[in-house]
Amino acid sequence: MYKILKAEKLAANIYLMDVEAPRVAKHCEPGQFVIVKMDEKGERIPLTICDYDREAGIVTIVFQPVGASTTKMTNLKAGDAFRDFTGPLGRPSEFVEEDVEELKKKKFLFVAGGVGAAPVYPQVKWLKEHGIDVDVIVGSKTKDLLILEKEMEAVAGNYYPCTDDGTYGHAGMVTTMVDELVEKGNKYDVCVAIGPMIMMKFTCLTTKKHDIPTIVSMNPIMVDGTGMCGACRVIVGGEVKFACVDGPEFDGHLVDFDNAMKRQQMYKTQEGRAMLKVQEGDTHHGGCGNCGGEN
Amino acid sequence: MADVLKRVPVREQDAKERAANFEEVCYGYNKEEAMEEAARCINCKNAKCITGCPVAINIPGFIAQVKEGNIEEAYKVIGESSALPAICGRVCPQESQCECKCIRGIKGDPVSIGKLERFVADYALEHDIKPAKADKTNGHKVAVIGSGPSGLTCAGDLAKLGYEVTVFEALHELGGVLVYGIPEFRLPKEKVVKKEIEKVKELGVKFETNVVIGKSTTIDQLMEEEDFEAVFIGSGAGLPMFMGIPGETANGVFSANEYLTRSNLMKAFDDNYDTPIAAGKKVAVVGGGNVAMDAARTALRLGAEVHIVYRRSEAELPARVEEVHHAKEEGVIFDLLTNPKEIHVDENGWVKGMTVIKMELGEPDASGRRRPVEIPGSEYEIELDTVIMSLGTSPNPLIASTTKGLETNRRKCIVAEEENGQTSKAAVFAGGDAVTGAATVILAMGAGKAGAKGIHELLSEK
Ligand SMILES: Cc1cc2nc3c(=O)[nH]c(=O)nc-3n(C[C@H](O)[C@H](O)[C@H](O)COP(=O)(O)OP(=O)(O)OC[C@H]3O[C@@H](n4cnc5c(N)ncnc54)[C@H](O)[C@@H]3O)c2cc1C
Ligand SMILES: Cc1cc2nc3c(=O)[nH]c(=O)nc-3n(C[C@H](O)[C@H](O)[C@H](O)COP(=O)(O)OP(=O)(O)OC[C@H]3O[C@@H](n4cnc5c(N)ncnc54)[C@H](O)[C@@H]3O)c2cc1C
Ligand code: SF4
Ligand code: FES
Repeated sequence: MYKILKAEKLAANIYLMDVEAPRVAKHCEPGQFVIVKMDEKGERIPLTICDYDREAGIVTIVFQPVGASTTKMTNLKAGDAFRDFTGPLGRPSEFVEEDVEELKKKKFLFVAGGVGAAPVYPQVKWLKEHGIDVDVIVGSKTKDLLILEKEMEAVAGNYYPCTDDGTYGHAGMVTTMVDELVEKGNKYDVCVAIGPMIMMKFTCLTTKKHDIPTIVSMNPIMVDGTGMCGACRVIVGGEVKFACVDGPEFDGHLVDFDNAMKRQQMYKTQEGRAMLKVQEGDTHHGGCGNCGGEN
Repeated sequence: MADVLKRVPVREQDAKERAANFEEVCYGYNKEEAMEEAARCINCKNAKCITGCPVAINIPGFIAQVKEGNIEEAYKVIGESSALPAICGRVCPQESQCECKCIRGIKGDPVSIGKLERFVADYALEHDIKPAKADKTNGHKVAVIGSGPSGLTCAGDLAKLGYEVTVFEALHELGGVLVYGIPEFRLPKEKVVKKEIEKVKELGVKFETNVVIGKSTTIDQLMEEEDFEAVFIGSGAGLPMFMGIPGETANGVFSANEYLTRSNLMKAFDDNYDTPIAAGKKVAVVGGGNVAMDAARTALRLGAEVHIVYRRSEAELPARVEEVHHAKEEGVIFDLLTNPKEIHVDENGWVKGMTVIKMELGEPDASGRRRPVEIPGSEYEIELDTVIMSLGTSPNPLIASTTKGLETNRRKCIVAEEENGQTSKAAVFAGGDAVTGAATVILAMGAGKAGAKGIHELLSEK
């Protein structure tokens, strides 16, 4: 069992947890993820490592309830435990293995969408710890949904919050902020974009226009996370890759986002049914044919 | 008097009924039936069956005990060579191992060695007959990677000798392919697999799940930081292959590993579990091995019309004969001498059909089987919503790529000595599918035994 030491609601629909997992904490690097399983009957859910404390043996995760399993997870409190917590999985971000002096010559731009601020944070923090200041754009629908502001401001060189509805920071999508920074004369050698697929897709189209090499973190459906099942197949540069072992980070200009987005919808209707079961408890039996739950 | 040329028939669940449930297909013998079948063995002096058994179980020896009704004694005889008889009795390809060598088979049915082994092992599980535990530990720490048949066997054998063994498993359940691959209806998880693992636990073996060696820690770190003196790698061959044909990343195309893992490990067939499975209405399973049969029969039980699409003919099907027979009885359709060319995808990204081509058999290839060749112009299309690729698996490169000095071959298999499992790295041993590529439970078990012997030889000299 992996004990939850802290459970916090960061925003209306975003949750943070500190989990005791010494082996993961000892070996993880930015860019990697874990797979959690709540209980005997739960799904295996991949979540990016948002922060870690090697000495204390603690790993931080941040998640958004989108389906039945992540919704159930919101009920967990400090003192509860995950039955399973595996990791670190996937490859660390490329820069972790690069020469720090070389890195210092590069100008990084991070673009986070929504809950994507969580996986971006450890990368920005790692770079800061190695003496590298980076620009960070974080976007959300509205002010109340911006997460990890304090933390991000503390480690970012320049921090640019954006809201779609203009309630805070730059008004507009993250892509318009990228345009603005480039137009102001900023030059970037690398962009790292993490967030919903659709946001990564459009960020890549924008950075391609500006000729900025871009890395994205793919979040396809997964089962084992060790290369055993191929559920996580993504097409990169025309080749099939397994995101859990070959990624999750890939060259965003080579990723086939349309295929990836379709694959993410694979269990949509089934999950819809599972979700109703969670929300309505015993009152939902499925198969009535009226709710669109079938097929 | 029963006909001695015929084996005592084994009771099975009715084919129609079982095609819609996940209960075990074969009920096995009861004691009377087992004793009657055992009486058919003529206890050959120069028993050919033993030469067919990869771990050389004293077959006439244990059968003689069954004949007398001494089941506990029979269990001890098997236990000298096999650690997982309840499993091997169910999944070994007996028809191409011990039973095909049996003298009785020359004129009539060979002795039902597999069913007898299964009966003895099940009896031992039911009557809680256990292997003896070591009196005290010898203080040597050994790490075993992977909890499949090779790892379990190696761990059990070493524990009996007094070693302090810890098994590290990447997944959240123990058993390797026995839990994530082979379905419930062929190998019950609670009744058989869990109990066999319980026995290994009772010998004092410690298990740590959710540890991916190469990620959560490495072999070098286990030896340097956690004081393990030797390591056995039994990490299997879990990486699925795809064909590389158009449409393969469509929704509704799965590897057999994914389909079976969802159903077996995650129990997606049971509504009480959260993991979904896209069961499919019309399913093609590409391949002809045990894995393909298991995927096909799982899809059938989830309500689909299922076709096995295999490029050679029936005679070359690598699956166990019993599984092919059961699959047919249950209604799986065999499209033999047929090979996929392209998967068709609808506007939502889902599979809607597949173009296949007819094949014929040409000259024998390296494997000795006749090579299938396409018949030009024989393409046709089938309508489908699901395609399950079951084309074989290869070892995961994760461990080899994170362990200094561990040699692998062209097929990504770890290089290890057959008789003791020694790899190119000092104090590191390996066996099972990780070394041979996808093979069988009994071979993996045998390799686990050899590895335990190798480790014991190394550490007992210290
Ligand atoms: C490597 C990796 C890292 C991830 N890191 C995080 C993280 O740090 N925080 C976090 O909140 N989530 C993260 N995810 C996504 C998270 O795993 C999924 O949201 C979760 O598995 C959904 O489980 P569920 O059963 O609740 O929903 P599901 O039943 O899987 O999905 C419900 C609905 O949400 C949609 N959906 C599924 N996955 C996603 C997704 N990734 N993004 C948007 N919609 C989706 C589906 O199409 C479906 O309609 C990550 C995924 C991967 C592969
Ligand atoms: C569907 C299916 C049906 C089969 N049917 C039959 C049959 O009827 N008869 C027969 O004889 N054989 C059958 N086989 C083959 C047989 O199951 C295998 O040959 C056998 O299980 C191999 O045993 P193993 O111990 O080498 O590896 P596995 O059983 O594969 O176990 C390896 C274990 O190691 C773990 N692991 C891998 N990498 C790591 C890591 N880095 N760190 C920690 N743990 C790790 C895996 O998660 C797994 O649990 C079948 C296989 C499949 C897939
Ligand atoms: S070959 Fe057949 S008859 Fe002879 S000992 Fe073996 S099982 Fe018995
Ligand atoms: S999640 Fe199974 S191979 Fe990637």
